Amino acid sequence: MTPLFRLAAKSLWNRRGTATLTAFAIAVSVALLLGVQQVRTEARESFANTISGTDLVVGARSSPLNLLLYAVFRVGDATANVSWETYQKVANHRDVAWTIPLSLGDSHQGFRVLGTSSSYFEHYRYGHRQLLHFTAGKAFADADAEGVVIGAAVARELGYHVGDPIVIAHGVGEVSFTQHDHHPLRLVGILAPTGTPVDRTVHVSLDALDEVHRTPAEEAAAAAGLPLDTTPPAITAFLVGMKERSTLFVMQQALNTYRGEAITAVIPGVALTQLWQLVGVADTALLIVAAFVLVAGLLGMLTALLTSLNERRREMAILRSVGARPGQIFGLLVSEAAFLALLGALAGLALQQGLLAVLRPWMEAKYGLVLALGSPAALEWAMLGGVVAAGAIIGLIPAWRAYRLSLADGLTVRV
Amino acid sequence: MNLPATTLANPLANPLANPLATALATPLAIALAEVQYAWPGQPAVLSIPELQIAVGERVFLRGPSGSGKSTLLGLVGGVLLPATGRVQLFGERIDTLSASARDHFRADHLGFIFQWFNLVPYLSVLDNVLLPTLFSTLRQQRAGADPAGEARRLLGALGLGDEKILQRPVTALSIGQQQRVAAARALLGRPRLIIADEPTSALDHDARRAFLELLLRETTAAEATLLFVSHDTALAPLFSRTLALSDLNRSATTTADLGA
Repeated sequence: MTPLFRLAAKSLWNRRGTATLTAFAIAVSVALLLGVQQVRTEARESFANTISGTDLVVGARSSPLNLLLYAVFRVGDATANVSWETYQKVANHRDVAWTIPLSLGDSHQGFRVLGTSSSYFEHYRYGHRQLLHFTAGKAFADADAEGVVIGAAVARELGYHVGDPIVIAHGVGEVSFTQHDHHPLRLVGILAPTGTPVDRTVHVSLDALDEVHRTPAEEAAAAAGLPLDTTPPAITAFLVGMKERSTLFVMQQALNTYRGEAITAVIPGVALTQLWQLVGVADTALLIVAAFVLVAGLLGMLTALLTSLNERRREMAILRSVGARPGQIFGLLVSEAAFLALLGALAGLALQQGLLAVLRPWMEAKYGLVLALGSPAALEWAMLGGVVAAGAIIGLIPAWRAYRLSLADGLTVRV
Repeated sequence: MNLPATTLANPLANPLANPLATALATPLAIALAEVQYAWPGQPAVLSIPELQIAVGERVFLRGPSGSGKSTLLGLVGGVLLPATGRVQLFGERIDTLSASARDHFRADHLGFIFQWFNLVPYLSVLDNVLLPTLFSTLRQQRAGADPAGEARRLLGALGLGDEKILQRPVTALSIGQQQRVAAARALLGRPRLIIADEPTSALDHDARRAFLELLLRETTAAEATLLFVSHDTALAPLFSRTLALSDLNRSATTTADLGA
């Protein structure tokens, strides 16, 4: 450190109270900006990563966004179901490689219950075409009317282990008054975290759903050993994987104009882009607000520096009398502003990481948003660099004023 | 003999009894010729046909408040530039130097002691004294291999030798002690010219005399020229020559009327 900078550091230390407050104001703004940016990035990534490798999402006739929201993100409810017959027709189509039925409408302790088949565990992909993995147990078989597979967040929050009994409830609220407790199910597998709504889903077989939804008469018939039709009458939606991508648009067109039933088929990527465009407006607005908070923080620093300038005119005159050049006084002020901005930026980064560590579990539990701790991405580093540069640029104003004052004051301060 | 006009105009100065007679044979520390200075938009505050102070002289410059003393020090210190005329220090015209070169010159050759000491409040006693060595390599070199040791020596000579005092913030010292710190700072690195601007006005009678004796002794030891500015004529006998700014300055009447 040069003696001049040591002097600047001592001067700043002398004003450590106001300097700390200034840096803190910048830190809060920076933490907000970085936080918003990270939530944006992670939300976008998490959004895009929710489903991959699926060619079509098919549900009852509705808007593509609505279909995507309830079928993939488990947000909202389907307006109508798709018949089992239609599902079978598509599943058996020669161009279709695989299908995954999705039946929604029940819940367990506030987590959505998804009725599906074993093909879900074979073909559902997320992120970069990753398959689902188990941290404990295994998938249920199609005919298994008792097996339950839960997502990582469900297991963590409810503290479940393989073998635990589970009772699902009708409806999707956190509190349900209709428990299907006549048909307890059993936990057979726990999935590894995916950072997608899968983590917060309780998976059962379609047979299990069918059994828990039996009427008392059907229950009595089953108890009497009479044969029952276990074919599901309808499902909420289904996912389709094509053998050849080239047939995708033909199949989508065929499904959207299907005469047997009013259904909608959407390509997930297209619908995701539409959905993000919708959400992106709010997301950009949030970033703009955060940027303005940062500007307010930097203006606060400018005010603090300008206010302290009058008190420091004597100090500057002393330095001039011992040979300091006006340029050095200018440099001192600019470097002080840049240093405060740097301090604020680093403290802001620490604050953001600290808040992230505290809020992370809650964000994941409440919104399924997995926020990564650790080194910021290149864009965030660029933002921090921008804050320091902006601090130095803002510091030019008091520095220029100090320069002019030091020239005008000379060796005698007239204050 | 062609004596400077200032000497002739000063009734207190007798060229025959005054050390200036011998000083004229020696090089000049300060030489101002036809210098005029005006603050922007105002009439000239200073108009000095000639001022010459020889190397090693200890000159008392008197003048009432507002007579332009600080402006004159600003010109001699190279912080202000004259509208016309020449300002020479040790044979070098500082008014024609670049701003940066003037700053270097001031850092290398001038030591200032101010009325209100002008110590940096957040620095310790020792750091305040060492301040000139931050801006001048020459003064750092002249202060010897151990500038802090030289600062201690100077402070010791001025009665501030206690190591505990040296590390204290200057604001913890008494007024008299602070003024001695300011003197030590001005003397460190043996600058060729010491300019003292009303340095004793905040001191009581006894402290004033003691401080002046110390200052004169140390200035002589450092072989420096001393320009001591004050309105207190009682101090004049301690100096080798006395000058009245009103005699030097042709604009004196005007500026006094304006209260500049």
